Amino acid sequence: MAKVLMKGNEALAEGAIRAGCRHFFGYPITPQSELAAYMAKRMPKIGGTYLQAESEVSAINMVYGASAAGVRVMTSSSSPGVSLKGEGISYLIGADLPCLIVNVERSGPGLGGIQPSQGDYWMSTRATGHGDGHVLVLAPNSVQEMADFAAKAFELGDRFRMPAMILADGLLGQMMEPVELPEELDLADLPEKPWALTGTKLEREHHIANSLAMEPQDLEDMVLSRRERYRLIKATEQKCEQIMVDDAEVVVVAFGAASRIALSAVNAAREQGIKAGLIRPITLWPYPVDAVKAAAQHAKAFLSVEFSTGQMVEDVRLAVNGKCPVNFFGHTGGIVPDPSEALEAIKLSLERADSGEDFEILPFESKLGLDGSFGKPQAYAERTA
Amino acid sequence: MDAHNMNILLAGFGGQGVLFAGKLIASSALIDGLEVTWMPSYGPEMRGGTCNCSVCLSEKPIGSPLVTEPDVLVALNKPSYLKFVDAIKPGGICLIDQSLIDVCPERSDIQFVAIPATKISEDNDLQTLANVILVGQLLKLTGFSTVEVLEQAIEHSVSAKHTDLIAPNKMALKIGYNAVNQADCK
Repeated sequence: MAKVLMKGNEALAEGAIRAGCRHFFGYPITPQSELAAYMAKRMPKIGGTYLQAESEVSAINMVYGASAAGVRVMTSSSSPGVSLKGEGISYLIGADLPCLIVNVERSGPGLGGIQPSQGDYWMSTRATGHGDGHVLVLAPNSVQEMADFAAKAFELGDRFRMPAMILADGLLGQMMEPVELPEELDLADLPEKPWALTGTKLEREHHIANSLAMEPQDLEDMVLSRRERYRLIKATEQKCEQIMVDDAEVVVVAFGAASRIALSAVNAAREQGIKAGLIRPITLWPYPVDAVKAAAQHAKAFLSVEFSTGQMVEDVRLAVNGKCPVNFFGHTGGIVPDPSEALEAIKLSLERADSGEDFEILPFESKLGLDGSFGKPQAYAERTA
Repeated sequence: MDAHNMNILLAGFGGQGVLFAGKLIASSALIDGLEVTWMPSYGPEMRGGTCNCSVCLSEKPIGSPLVTEPDVLVALNKPSYLKFVDAIKPGGICLIDQSLIDVCPERSDIQFVAIPATKISEDNDLQTLANVILVGQLLKLTGFSTVEVLEQAIEHSVSAKHTDLIAPNKMALKIGYNAVNQADCK
């Protein structure tokens, strides 16, 4: 099929429809709104449901209901809206219900701004809602992957009976790139859900979708059986892309849009004879621990590049486990780092590899002369305003 | 200028068709089989403020889609020109709508091209198509694609509700292609 030029938000919407999603519940928010708008246009034409709820909380509870009924269902929002969905996501986890949640991140905290960010890494991988549970988290880094990952997320979610999240950001949502749209799945071929609440027809016991368990022993059994599933997922579903890692002295780790900036920096470093490589986590939960561990056997230093003040860097440190320094470079507030800045951080990582100490570079620190030497925060702000 | 590995920044006021001009370039690159990214500025600046978009053309996979040091700047108003002219890479091109920007650059290390795109559009009854006129001129300056491919790109990019605008867009493209640099800088 010929490629078409599409925005990431629209490509993700079309990808979800082709993966058999016929139910969308959402509430508008920048920079995600094109996704909902696309669904509003398409769903009525294909016998699907598009419903703009009165709030994000309502939308996620509508997802709960549709998921319990056994259909492929999704919601999408941006950071503040995903916070609101937190309670419902926890209930979905507790009731073992699959669904797709899309977060096209903007900068925070609070209302923050509408420009790209990765400040929801912790929220996504640690605690999307209260309690002792996880959601699967996938991180696309191109419009092609925005289109492709909806099907992956639905497949994983259905297989493990748990919510799956696609963690994107304003850059990936707003950008246009050529995309080859995935094959359309036949609704009849979607996996059967024998647990779904489809009506007993007086032929079987009724099914229950519920997260309430008042008896501690019952609840512990449920949580532990879920934990067993998590263990299996961590063992089998870690995914990442590795570029020039085999001989790398400095291994850059970056996901999503930040990995695009990091790749430009790694390529520039190689042109200057610096052995840099890139590990790009595709699954953020489960985290690709094995790939990072393996690279730590030969790397002199790691560098995490993020659109935040440093969140995923902690997972890199856990995996590297003290074998070498794990440094951090990032911008926040919606400012997208320039590859030239990331290149400087790569060079600094190599220079200071023998020190055994980690360093962090944030523009404010550079301005104060605490670290690095290339910070011009005002210039960056003007450039990207 | 390596026209198949080129980073372009288009900038102007919201409503001047900056994003559409970028989309035409991106669509032509798609037809030509190049790697391409199109990244708009988004947010409150759309409402009458300045608006810009980054278009990266490449024969290799594209890393960052944001253009901070353009090979080519296409400026449709003076604030955008002033904001970005110093960011152009040495040896790069600065293309401006001379009807709206009355300047000469202080830099001598860039190719400066000025065509009165807005005036040309009005003289030819092609109001609001100064953006496409500038794309036509950029095509001639760099050869990033061909007129035929750009015409296809126009057919793909003009919305189905406005097919009557395809012919004027094609005309604007050709007029822009044939326009003569009127930069008069000593």
